[in-house]
Amino acid sequence: MTKTALRGLILAAALLLPLSVSAQAEELKVTIDNFTFSPAELKVKIGDTVTWTNHDDIPHTVVSAGKYRSKTMDTDDHFSFTFTSAGDYKYFCSLHPHMTGMIKVE
Amino acid sequence: MSDHDHHDEESGLSRRKVLECMTWAGTGVLWTITGGVPHSLGIIDAANAAEPTGMTFLQISDSHVGFDKPANPNALGTLEEAIAKVNAMPKKPSFMIHTGDISHLSKAAEFDNADRIISQAKLDVHYVPGEHDFLDEEIKFYKERYGKGTKGPGYYSFDANGVHFVGLVNVVDLKAGGLGNLGAEQLAWLEDDLKGKSKSTPVVAFAHIPLWTVYPEWGWGTEDGGRVLEMLKGFGSVTVLNGHIHQVMQKVEGNVTFHTARSTAFPQPAPGTAPSPGPMKVEDAKLRSMLGIASINFKQGDQRLAIIDSPLAG
Repeated sequence: MTKTALRGLILAAALLLPLSVSAQAEELKVTIDNFTFSPAELKVKIGDTVTWTNHDDIPHTVVSAGKYRSKTMDTDDHFSFTFTSAGDYKYFCSLHPHMTGMIKVE
Repeated sequence: MSDHDHHDEESGLSRRKVLECMTWAGTGVLWTITGGVPHSLGIIDAANAAEPTGMTFLQISDSHVGFDKPANPNALGTLEEAIAKVNAMPKKPSFMIHTGDISHLSKAAEFDNADRIISQAKLDVHYVPGEHDFLDEEIKFYKERYGKGTKGPGYYSFDANGVHFVGLVNVVDLKAGGLGNLGAEQLAWLEDDLKGKSKSTPVVAFAHIPLWTVYPEWGWGTEDGGRVLEMLKGFGSVTVLNGHIHQVMQKVEGNVTFHTARSTAFPQPAPGTAPSPGPMKVEDAKLRSMLGIASINFKQGDQRLAIIDSPLAG
């Protein structure tokens, strides 16, 4: 291995290091079709943002008691929330409470 | 006996049979019930021809003013047709009840438009809210417009022609995974409201979401609705009127008749017949046969109130 290549590797490692500490934040999606959250359960990492989009002809909400609460989402409206601490976030539609979902933040 | 959908006391009814009966009821039949046995008195036109005696009131429901999706691009127009039908009735009803979802998104303009049309019937209207009427940011429009003299989120009672009416609210503070909800405060109020009423007083209880369990998989029921039925059990004649499910369903249990009204805006599927309870798109020609109003006739001395479901057309 040449000196230059070695230097390159060290540089690459140095660049990767901070990334592995604060993992790259991802954008994840949950869709609402036919009064159902899909996927019903989603695993995300701290710092990730989840966006819910309503595809139904009927308005829905996304409510996680004490954590977050969307406005009423009419057709094609969406709501985003960034998770900053680990835990299980159960949520439901406050208009149609039989609609439930879960975000697991690790 | 099947615990929902049907009035028949016989056990072993197949789902198909239940659905057939519902379809039949949906075409417009005058029901009169004596001794717990429902009889149909003929199709709607024949029923209209025999002018009702006694007090008549109307139920309209689920106007969803502001809804403009394919299932009915003009929900305001079909509400207007429903009110025209009310105005054309041979005998003017005493008043009207509206079992909620007046608006689709609780916008001020939607309530304004609904009021403009409904007021053309020139009848007193007793409202209860649906979940679509509490969607504005501050949740104040419904209360400001319809909540005068009501308790909590909008429940109340009144008397007319010897009948005691209770308007209940089961669309607030819903719990994850649950059904409609009345809450302890409202139930305590109801218990107090009914106290001292003679057991021979006919009672009409109305609310948006069915107070009986129609189909929990779609949220069609009320978590603590059983408590209401418990309190009403001792009364000789009880009629429970609901909306929310956008189709006619009826069942009789002891002295209690349960009935849901059609929407004036769009139909919803029969329980379990579609992936979700969302608006059902039908052929344009068929839509008006699935929307409509209900007329309820009370004759002094009769045990039961006769309910006539009138579609807008066909």
